[in-house]
Amino acid sequence: MSDTMETPKAAPKTRMAKFWDSDFAWSFRHSPVAVIASLVVVILVLAAIFAPLIAPYNPFNPATLNLMNGFTPPGTPNAFTQETFLLGTDDQGRDVFSTILYGLRISLFVGASAVLLALIIGVILGLVAAYFGGWIETLIMRIADVQLTFPAILVAMLIFGIAKGITPPEYRDEMAIYVLIIAIALSDWVQFARVVRGAALVEKNKEYVQAARLIGRGSFPIMFRHILPNVLSPVLVIATISLALAIIAEATLSFLGVGAPPTQPSLGTLIRIGQGFLFSGEWWILFFPACTLLALALSVNLLGDWLRDALNPKLR
Amino acid sequence: MSLLTIQDLTVEFPTRRQLFTAVDHASLSVEPGEIHGLVGESGAGKSTIGAAVMGLLERPGRIASGQIKLGGEQISGIDAEAMRGLRGKKISMIFQDPLTSLNPLFTVREQLVETIQTHLGGTEAEANKRARDLIDRVGIPDPDTRLDQYPHQFSGGMRQRVVIALALCTEPDVIIADEPTTALDVSVQAQILDLIKELAQERQVGVILITHDMGVIADSTDRVTVMYAGKVVESGTTAQVMGQPQHKYTKSLIAAVPRPTLKLHRFPQISYGGRETRFAVDDMARHWPKVDNDTSKPLFEIRNLTKKFLQKRGLLPWDRTYFTAVDNVSFDIHAGEVFGVVGESGSGKSTVARMIAGLYPVDGGTIDFQGQRVSDLSNRSVQDEYRKNIQMIFQDPYSSLNPRMRVDEIVAEPIRHHRLMDGAHIKRRVDELLDQVGLGSGAGQKYPHEFSGGQRQRISIARALATQPRFLICDEPTSALDVSIQAQILNILKDLQEHLGLTMLFISHDLPVVRQMCDRVAVMKQGQIVEVQETSELFANPKTEYASELLRLMPKLDDLSTDGLEAG
Repeated sequence: MSDTMETPKAAPKTRMAKFWDSDFAWSFRHSPVAVIASLVVVILVLAAIFAPLIAPYNPFNPATLNLMNGFTPPGTPNAFTQETFLLGTDDQGRDVFSTILYGLRISLFVGASAVLLALIIGVILGLVAAYFGGWIETLIMRIADVQLTFPAILVAMLIFGIAKGITPPEYRDEMAIYVLIIAIALSDWVQFARVVRGAALVEKNKEYVQAARLIGRGSFPIMFRHILPNVLSPVLVIATISLALAIIAEATLSFLGVGAPPTQPSLGTLIRIGQGFLFSGEWWILFFPACTLLALALSVNLLGDWLRDALNPKLR
Repeated sequence: MSLLTIQDLTVEFPTRRQLFTAVDHASLSVEPGEIHGLVGESGAGKSTIGAAVMGLLERPGRIASGQIKLGGEQISGIDAEAMRGLRGKKISMIFQDPLTSLNPLFTVREQLVETIQTHLGGTEAEANKRARDLIDRVGIPDPDTRLDQYPHQFSGGMRQRVVIALALCTEPDVIIADEPTTALDVSVQAQILDLIKELAQERQVGVILITHDMGVIADSTDRVTVMYAGKVVESGTTAQVMGQPQHKYTKSLIAAVPRPTLKLHRFPQISYGGRETRFAVDDMARHWPKVDNDTSKPLFEIRNLTKKFLQKRGLLPWDRTYFTAVDNVSFDIHAGEVFGVVGESGSGKSTVARMIAGLYPVDGGTIDFQGQRVSDLSNRSVQDEYRKNIQMIFQDPYSSLNPRMRVDEIVAEPIRHHRLMDGAHIKRRVDELLDQVGLGSGAGQKYPHEFSGGQRQRISIARALATQPRFLICDEPTSALDVSIQAQILNILKDLQEHLGLTMLFISHDLPVVRQMCDRVAVMKQGQIVEVQETSELFANPKTEYASELLRLMPKLDDLSTDGLEAG
């Protein structure tokens, strides 16, 4: 496993070859689910990154919008302007394909940042709890327990509400995305803390940690230099599965109207806008953003499942 | 006719990269009432033979060729259903760890009765009576109450007796015992082996005893088969194979066994298979700081050392209960000597080592090193100096090296931490050290998992020597290693003591190893030192009853060939 995780300073070519030959890469190549899922994720991520280049319209530039284009069904020319849109347009005449690309950007950015933040908080608190034990561990893990009794969405809404109350109105839209990230991260760190603590408790008693203490290494070098690299594989698995959950959490919050503002719509905001038109026949405004969200969350989740199996030697 | 015959058995494990042959055309047979020893080092394929006979080969393992016959009937290659009828009934098994081979949720009675009824049928009353007789027979006192207890209420040795009763309860023809005493203390080991021997005789059961321990083989088997790398290299009566080994591998194996009666200068370097790895102690000695082993004053003075572990937590101090692991222990270690501590598991010997290493704070008493009070962990400057001077070699070479660190980083860590050298010098020093312990300087670029157990222990030694310490703590340094690797490592430790003037604290449960290594020995029992003696004196005239009991139970190995051994 270790040759797949980090092999610093080897010649690049042999390293690639070594990686390709490793059990990890082999298990990837022999799992069609993993290959397809990662392909979908890569396409969606690239689409999000290069949205300004790919999108035929900029849906947030009022100058390019034509209200006459509103409610154009997918693939058919508009009755007034004769313009054709691949996935149709919404009520404002915005190209749905373009809004999805931009929405994907927001969704992925919020999801990835939230997971990263949750990971940093969770890993540090989990390591500290496991290494020091005693009342520090009790305190951290009880906070985690208490937090788990509230649904994640509720915690996120609470934080969102407080943040909204204390930020001045003119900054609210700009702040919204960052508040969203913090809200999701704070409802998600518990998982990381628990997993890291569990793994670190096992590692802590291994003899290499004692050897490091014997040399005279301090607590923090031992925690981060010795224990941390050995508990990273479960963290990687949790991070992947959390990413899917964070993207869904963001979509849920945005759907509820407490997330990304309509000026910077995420996939969730798009779905919220679309659901108003579902029963009046304009199904495409809801359908395509929802499909994109589904494809993204499902692929990331499947990738996480595969990763868990591939990194677990017992299931091989 | 033989009870069990294995002919030309080949077991293969196809893996992604290559076909791994675990057992290569092995043949052996077991007679009724006979104990047939199967000996070899780890990876020799001895457990795989046991699994193949039981039909318990783990996927993707398969029998590629050969036959296994039980009482003239072929049992290899029969379907799973038929095999299940035989397993447990005609052939049963005793596993290494009695803690995991019994179901913790059922009482001993329930487990025995279920097995008896499944295989022999009959009423519950009959099964109950049978269970009681068996528990009585395997030497568990007070069978009526013990039967209704759960496995965790039994000690390790008693649990293994229950496992033996379970193996015997269906009147099997053959029992496969896979390292049945490896997890047990010496005193218990002797009793369990005697019991197996007795029962095999009494019930005319054939036993295959799989072990890596030559002492167990010499003491309790009738015939023995020696395996190396999946092949049978030698087979015959125990007296013949142990006394006049023919094959070069058997000779090297027997020569590497530590003897309780004969102190060797060095273990003979008869290597077989693996390449010779040198240990360049002379190179090392050239750069080693001259130590002045002043013998007038002890290097270590340890007085009234005590360690208590919290057994029951409680908010209030009087609610807590403690377990005294080390109780008022005092001894001296003189400069340049190897001081041994022996005892059974739980005697507190490792706790003493860890307190001296500063890994556990002391709860009472003092440790003085060269006149400095080192048991007081708060004095930073004394601690820093002390840590440069002591190092430790751990028991398990698989967990004592960080798997995510490169070997050169592992060896360099102590030097870096104590800021003994700057960058370029560290690299040269690390390469030198790895070269001197016989790994070659290229080893630094690899990760620990690329090395074998013995090589890893050499990495541990290189790390321990990096700060040029005066004192080395060895906590069971060879108990996880094969006997031939053990001989190599013990030779290295002897070299270190002799040529570098290192003082050592040597913790072990293995008396013959202690005999080879130590100048003086402390015998520990339940947290206390019962006897401290010169090693030769202890082995010749033990003063206390406990020490003489330990010596009595130790395998004697008198029948082993002494070819190529020289006393020192």
